[in-house]
Amino acid sequence: MDTMVRENRTENAVNGNGNNQQPQERFVAPMATVLENGDGYTLQVEMPGVNKEGLEMWVENNELTIIGRRSLPTVQGNLIHREMRRDNFRRAFELDPSIDAAKISAKIEHGVVTLTLPKAEQVKPRKITVS
Amino acid sequence: MDRFANLRDEINSLFEGPFWSNTMRTPQLFSGWTPPLDLYQTNDDVVAVVELPGMRKEDIEISLHDGMLTISGERKDETPEGDKTARTERFVGNFRRSISLPTRVDVNKVNATYKEGILTVTLPKAEEVKPKQIQLNVS
Repeated sequence: MDTMVRENRTENAVNGNGNNQQPQERFVAPMATVLENGDGYTLQVEMPGVNKEGLEMWVENNELTIIGRRSLPTVQGNLIHREMRRDNFRRAFELDPSIDAAKISAKIEHGVVTLTLPKAEQVKPRKITVS
Repeated sequence: MDRFANLRDEINSLFEGPFWSNTMRTPQLFSGWTPPLDLYQTNDDVVAVVELPGMRKEDIEISLHDGMLTISGERKDETPEGDKTARTERFVGNFRRSISLPTRVDVNKVNATYKEGILTVTLPKAEEVKPKQIQLNVS
């Protein structure tokens, strides 16, 4: 099986440059894991600090875009050691034609977005019984 | 431009060829999981903020030893049986972060919250190191 949820790299790169965007908003690409079984795909995207309200997703031209805007805890004090980035998340995925875009569902829990992307009924594996 | 993410994808794609088994292509074998950590100091507290998406609360461990704060834990592989991995970037397994605290803290008053994949550990400073205002009576 060579079909899957592919990352749309061109779109991610273009957007990362931000040269054709209005007010420039910086994004980083979140880490993602794609699982597949006979019924469809599961896409897990890590967005720590993002809640339901900060999440924006859409499908257009067979391409799924996910934006996560972070509401990180604000600590009043001196930052004495820093490793976390503050940038919001954005990533685009090219959807396999077998996916039924109307049936995509999503949830966010502990900063991980889980999307369920079911395959259309006609492409699901079907057992044929011999009569 | 997020060069590193693109580079990461390039590197990952190297391991997606037929010569690499499923276990070999998981990037965490090469880099390990190092959750980013920020440390703040306020008048009364030292606060550590750590990015730990997708954890179970009970799998996070916080300990204090000799002025060193250690946060460790394990993220379990929750891939349902029968699912194939088409792309793996998320880390699975153990992590451990240690950081020495800038001042002494009161071990008994440490408080931690885990929300939206972010762990916040608040460590109140020990009474004797808190800044104190001294009233001067000038006569």
